[in-house]
Amino acid sequence: MIGVGNEYRRDDGIGPALIAALEDRWLPDVKLLVSDGEPARLIDDWVGVPLVIVVDAVLCEPSTPGAFYRTDVPLHDHGHQDAPDLESHPHTAGSHSLGIPDALRLGQALDRVPQRLVVYAVEAADVAFGTELSAPVAAALPGLVHAVVRELTSLPQ
Amino acid sequence: MSHRARQLKVSSLARVEGEGALHVIVRDGDVERADLQIYEPPRFFEALLRGRSYTEPPDITARICGICPVAYQTSACTAIEDACGVPVGGAIRELRRLLYCGEWISSHALHIYLLHAPDFLGYPDAIALATDHRDLVERGLMLKKASNAILELVGGRAIHPINVRVGGFYAAPTRAQLDRLAEQLRPALDAAIATVHWVAGFDFPDLELDHELLAVHDPARYAIEGGTTLRRTAGASFAVDAFSNHVVEEHVQRSTALHASLDDGRYLTGPLARYTLNHERLSPLALGLAADAGLGDECRNPFRSIVVRAVETVYAVEEALRLIESYYPPVPSYVDVPARDGVGHGVSEAPRGLLYHRYGIGADGQVRSATIVPPTSQNQAAIEDDLRRTVSANLHLADEPLTRLCERTIRNYDPCISCSTHFLDLTVERK
Repeated sequence: MIGVGNEYRRDDGIGPALIAALEDRWLPDVKLLVSDGEPARLIDDWVGVPLVIVVDAVLCEPSTPGAFYRTDVPLHDHGHQDAPDLESHPHTAGSHSLGIPDALRLGQALDRVPQRLVVYAVEAADVAFGTELSAPVAAALPGLVHAVVRELTSLPQ
Repeated sequence: MSHRARQLKVSSLARVEGEGALHVIVRDGDVERADLQIYEPPRFFEALLRGRSYTEPPDITARICGICPVAYQTSACTAIEDACGVPVGGAIRELRRLLYCGEWISSHALHIYLLHAPDFLGYPDAIALATDHRDLVERGLMLKKASNAILELVGGRAIHPINVRVGGFYAAPTRAQLDRLAEQLRPALDAAIATVHWVAGFDFPDLELDHELLAVHDPARYAIEGGTTLRRTAGASFAVDAFSNHVVEEHVQRSTALHASLDDGRYLTGPLARYTLNHERLSPLALGLAADAGLGDECRNPFRSIVVRAVETVYAVEEALRLIESYYPPVPSYVDVPARDGVGHGVSEAPRGLLYHRYGIGADGQVRSATIVPPTSQNQAAIEDDLRRTVSANLHLADEPLTRLCERTIRNYDPCISCSTHFLDLTVERK
């Protein structure tokens, strides 16, 4: 379970906030990671893992802050490496990083992908400097926790 | 809810540290201005720190940059220890240097292999490079992995290390742990050497910058985690605590950035400055490789910064192995640093350039004032100058190829910004 983001950039902290919320849960066999999204590290973190769930903030147009979107990313369809919902956009850019879609493409080029990858993209309202989530994103957190816990605990043993 | 019901236009993943935009004004065929809005100075953090305990800046400022948290932690610790009158040396200083070597290798390998090399080889990005030359990208990732092992062992984890504290470390690794780390690092030295040979063969456009260069200097070794003075190319060295007498940050109206100047002049920090000012402190191996790669007594071509980064990566791997070899665990793993009323200064060489911290601390242990001058705000004026020249010489190009060229120009400096990747909103106003 990888929470991508920066808790000093308000809603970008939703990934780390989710990880913090999961730390109190009994989730055997689940590794919780906070990540800055840097692709070399991401592909090291996820290579070969049976299921990886990545949670990250996105800015969208038009915007519905707090809404989140689940994508079960097709990993081995090399004819269509860019999953439609993770399409790399010229203006998609984390600082220093190439972004999650590019981490995925790099992982595919190097055969370093998880067995299954699910991405939750949470719509951010505000990614200015600050330590608190905006109200709609904070309100989305319990639903997000519920969704990922259900997914993590329904793994075949 | 089905995400497929809606087309998402993802305009940004949010780890931006500023907006990346370049605004060029061309009047009668000449570039009048090239304004780069790339970097948000850490004023939020400076404000956040005021009133906090003097023990908190290392952890809080580490969050300013995901790529160089160790630089922030180190400059913060040094400045606070200076304010409290407790210099930290010996085995703790050496352990800091080892951790910092991990950050240099990690940051340099990322920049060389995933960001910079594709520019020289005609690939749009590292993914295309990996498709054609998987072995090359694998080598870069292997270097990164070795550096992450240093960060995880000494820093507690690979991002935002948690083992660093004012006065030293919460826990020091054991001899046996470092021996295992050395096993992993030894093959990384070969990879680092191969990297120098590889990048030395790239084609480098002719360009020599005449800016002044500024770097931390340590008479005993290539300055990384600290030093005794600040050395410059056009003037006498000065003491760390005189930084603010020479470097002035000015607010520039067109952007939120602060532009720094050195005695009113444009200057550059980072690999070119370190190599030019301190190369004689490199190891014989690194110096030999630098000479083989065509680097002389100075390097003022920003395209060749990739060669300097490769040489520095060799040095950092060697240095890490040397530090491990001579390591003995500091007992205790930190020195007590009682709070006292005072002001302290700290500098270190972040992978992308000089990072300065200054803290004012009260007798009660509260941070009264915090000033952080990161490399990117120091380098901003030099980057803009380079962009102005690049745009002037290439005005015949359409906006799209001109934008790519500007991105490449910016990437030479490895700044703390999003446009290190593929992200520059170029506006050319032709009047």
